[in-house]
Amino acid sequence: MDLVQLQRQLVDYKTSLYNEGFLDEQFTQLQELQDENNPDFVVEVVSLFFEDSERLLNELTKALEQQSVDFKRVDAHVHQLKGSSSSIGAQRVQKVCIAFRNYCEEQNIEGCVKCLQQVRHEYSLVKTKLESMFQLQQQILSAGGSIPM
Amino acid sequence: MSLLHVFGFGLKVGHLLWILCCWIASMISMNWFINGEFKNPKAGLLGDSGSKMWFKCWDEISNFSFKIHHQYYQYIGSKKVCKSLWRKLLFPWVIGWTLASVWIFYYMSSHATEKSKETLASMCEERARMLQDQFNVSMNHIQAMSILISTFHHGKTPSAIDQGTFARYTEQTDFERPLTSGVAYAVRVLHSEREQFERQQGWTIKRMDTLETSPIQEEYAPVIFAQDIVSHVVSLDMLSGKEDRENVLRARRSGKGVLTAPFRLLKTNRLGVILTFAVYKRDLPSNATPNERIEATDGYLGGVFDIESLVEKLLQQLSSEQTTLVNVFDTSNQSCPVSMYGSNSSNDGLEHVSHLNFGDPFRKHEMRCRFKQKPPLPWVAITTSIGILVIALLVGHIFHATVNRIAKVEDDCHKMMELTKQAEAADIAKSQFLATVSHEIRTPMNGVLGMLDMLMDTDLDVTQLDYVRTAQASGKALVALINEVLDQAKIESGKLELEEVQFDLRAILDDVLSLFSGKSQDKGVELAVYISDRVPKMLIGDPGRFRQIITNLMGNSIKFTERGHILVTVHLVEEVIDSIEVETESSSKDTLSGFPVADRRQSWKGFRTFGQEEPVHPFSDSINLIVSVEDTGLGIPLDDQSRVFTPFMQVGPSIARTHGGTGIGLSISKCLVGLMKGEIGFVSIPKVGSTFTFTAVFSSGSSSSKVHKSQQINSQSNTVSSEFHGMRALVLDPRPVRAKVSRYHIQRLGIHVEIVSDWKQALSIINRGNNAIHMVLIEQEVWDRDLSCSGLFINKLEKIGHGTPPKVFLLCNSINSSRGNTTTGACDLTIISKPLRASMLAASLQRAMGIGNKGNPRNGELPSLSLRNLLLGRKILIVDDNNVNLKVAAGALKKYGADVVSATRGIEAIELLTPPHQFDACFMDIQMPEMDGFEATGRIRDVEQNINNRVQFGGLPVDAYNNVSNWHVPILAMTADVIQATHEQCQQSGMDGYVSKPFEAEQLYLEVSRFFQ
Repeated sequence: MDLVQLQRQLVDYKTSLYNEGFLDEQFTQLQELQDENNPDFVVEVVSLFFEDSERLLNELTKALEQQSVDFKRVDAHVHQLKGSSSSIGAQRVQKVCIAFRNYCEEQNIEGCVKCLQQVRHEYSLVKTKLESMFQLQQQILSAGGSIPM
Repeated sequence: MSLLHVFGFGLKVGHLLWILCCWIASMISMNWFINGEFKNPKAGLLGDSGSKMWFKCWDEISNFSFKIHHQYYQYIGSKKVCKSLWRKLLFPWVIGWTLASVWIFYYMSSHATEKSKETLASMCEERARMLQDQFNVSMNHIQAMSILISTFHHGKTPSAIDQGTFARYTEQTDFERPLTSGVAYAVRVLHSEREQFERQQGWTIKRMDTLETSPIQEEYAPVIFAQDIVSHVVSLDMLSGKEDRENVLRARRSGKGVLTAPFRLLKTNRLGVILTFAVYKRDLPSNATPNERIEATDGYLGGVFDIESLVEKLLQQLSSEQTTLVNVFDTSNQSCPVSMYGSNSSNDGLEHVSHLNFGDPFRKHEMRCRFKQKPPLPWVAITTSIGILVIALLVGHIFHATVNRIAKVEDDCHKMMELTKQAEAADIAKSQFLATVSHEIRTPMNGVLGMLDMLMDTDLDVTQLDYVRTAQASGKALVALINEVLDQAKIESGKLELEEVQFDLRAILDDVLSLFSGKSQDKGVELAVYISDRVPKMLIGDPGRFRQIITNLMGNSIKFTERGHILVTVHLVEEVIDSIEVETESSSKDTLSGFPVADRRQSWKGFRTFGQEEPVHPFSDSINLIVSVEDTGLGIPLDDQSRVFTPFMQVGPSIARTHGGTGIGLSISKCLVGLMKGEIGFVSIPKVGSTFTFTAVFSSGSSSSKVHKSQQINSQSNTVSSEFHGMRALVLDPRPVRAKVSRYHIQRLGIHVEIVSDWKQALSIINRGNNAIHMVLIEQEVWDRDLSCSGLFINKLEKIGHGTPPKVFLLCNSINSSRGNTTTGACDLTIISKPLRASMLAASLQRAMGIGNKGNPRNGELPSLSLRNLLLGRKILIVDDNNVNLKVAAGALKKYGADVVSATRGIEAIELLTPPHQFDACFMDIQMPEMDGFEATGRIRDVEQNINNRVQFGGLPVDAYNNVSNWHVPILAMTADVIQATHEQCQQSGMDGYVSKPFEAEQLYLEVSRFFQ
């Protein structure tokens, strides 16, 4: 594929991610932090986020399946998830987390379960989006091009 | 508080009244005891018992009052108990005093009765005794007469006495018997002797009642001698009258004087009694039997007593008829006493009975005395008792009124307190509302501002960019306003506390200057700061709040000043006091910009500090600063000058529209100045300008041995100053004040400054040559006035033979105005734009003179670049439980060249930060499981404090701790929630500041620049 086309595709894709609210300005800042000294910074952080999130989602699922739900624990997990999602700029995950925490405060199990599904959904969405974006970047790099900002 | 006062007052009044009452009562009662006991020892029983009763009563009362007091104090909290107690007390009080007054009445009236009874008794006794005495005198005389008869009539034969002799004798001795109206003598004649007797006498014996010849009797007692007054009784047989017979018989039997019952006398028809004595033939022994006496009887002597006239005479003698009524009774027959004297009017008043003894044991007589008039009403007793009752009732009323009053006052007080509480609650509610609303506004505002930031980064055309900028500026203004309102709320609720840190006053003023420099340059207003040399370099106080005051005042000045200048001067108070007397220079012309200003000395006229004799203690390390901000602005209208420090008060509503602001700044400033133990004042002349002056007390930073949280200060000017040390500069400025300001700033760099006012002087000094002048600073005003002159000057400078010619600088007010000046380009001229600041000046000088080449990152360069300068090579610890966050934060800091160490738990952080360590700073997440950021920071501070103390007191070797004796690693909180992590909360736990997550370069720079230089 044409390199220029690839690059344009990447830019469009990124813009759509911003426009659809999957990512926010924080992700831009994250990208700014990446430089020659630290060429894989974004990918590293994002994969850390994936690991962390999957662990947290599993924990959350377990915690909500319990007979008596420990809302404090759930809240702490959601707080973590919220923090890491806001750190990488996964805006939609972060927003669901906010709602999730509200339900936790109200000790509303149904709401929590619903939110968990939503978070899982948003997480998998952002994960696929980011993964495909990285794939595109990889393609560009392997084609010998530079990644447009 | 006020309730307690009222209570106390009420108590005092009550107590006073109580004492007064007791005193009155005791006085009255004591007087009575004394009077009673002195006047009336006989009434001792009553008096004694009375006084005992009184004392008992008194004890009871005092006990009671003590109890009352006790209870009063005990129940001081419960008003109702006291109230009902007083009411309960009032009733027995009234009843008790009513009873007491009744008792007193009875007591006094009985006293009076007793007294009159005594009087009566003594009078009666006196009369009775006199009557008795006189009667006895008469009786004795009659007895004597009986002896006379026995001697001269019966003892002689023939008798020596006949009727004529007897009558004459008795007549002549009548004065000796004042009570008798007549005397007669009857002889005893037996029937056997009758005829002989009748023959001898020449008359027959007659009966008394019928005056006829007496019938035959066993014996007769015909009267043979009689006083002339009673001569009609001669020849009457005494034994024929019933009374007389009995009398005669009794007399001869007893041998004593015998009295008849009172009867009507024959002639006078007045009441009288007859006294009869028996005359015996021979002397009889005193124990002779009656029969012997009868046997020996010769005759009978009788005297008539006219009782009525007798008593009358007596009473006349005593002349007390008018007050007393006297009755004399014969009470021989107990059941029906026979009245002998006196009217028989029955009177149930006082009566005294005295017994009379007339020598006849068979007859009993008594005298009854009464007062003629009824006894008068006991007025003294009545008035006294009524008086007491009235006093008691009055006292009771006073009590009642007082208690009521107290109760009312208490009620009022309660109401007031309720109202106060409500008002306070309302005030608190207001403050809370303000705080809450402000927070609530800040939260979305942060969002708005963030979004605007992002929006500006997107591809916008010029108009859009302008809109966004405007929106952002407005938003920032709003946030600033909200912060002010929060400040005000905080000050009002007294929650604002000042910091105690070391700071450099000059650096702070430089900061403020740079803050306003843009605005002042836009307006063409000259901005200057002058700080006296005597002000110490380092002060201890609250730099942030000090800065806030200065910023407020300068902000106002900038707002209202369109031309001229704004000058901030800082002096020690002592300096100003010293100069008050000597300062004579006219300040009307000699100002920074030449515009007239309001005399700043007027602005501190009302300060207390200047009124004191010894305004400051010269040996204490407190520094009294006086700061003036002088402008040549609009001034404040005279009418509004009194309201300047009132919150939300602005000069006219239109001001807010034209100049913006809330009008809260001055009020806050005033509060802050008050917190700094200072005063604020101003003078303002409309159309001329205003001068605000305030004082503040700080302590000297260098002399303090206390451990202060030392804030590391921007020491750039210091490091730079060494480069210029020993250089000489010439300032060409005809205006002394401005020259002084310029000199102050240049001297801060260690440069020696000389001031000249015109070109010639300048040249002469430069040409002197013994002291090389390294730089010449020329005021733009001088430069522009005569361009040819200035050109000439530059030429001459270049021709100076010795050494390098001095660099020439132009001090100009605003860049815009100098831009048009083309001549500057012609020669080697560096423009320094005002306001002058040490750092900026140093940078300009450096650039021009080629000394060193250290960039001055603080002015005009991007924060991220300077951030890189600040953070390069710093060892920083990041603590966050979230791996992703940790990674991002570490990445961000690494990007600025920092050496980052990560930790995920608070405990790790404590271990890493236990001295000695190499960390320059720590960023800590607040919300972490197990141990949150606040707690971890608190522990780290404890450890540091502990080690500092031990190092300081020699417990630990300093070299083991990198020769640092005061460990304090800067800890910054990282939080996504800016609201939650307020500045105070961070400070409370020992944190030095906070940055929001994710990092924002500007904020990061602001926080970090406080610690790293």
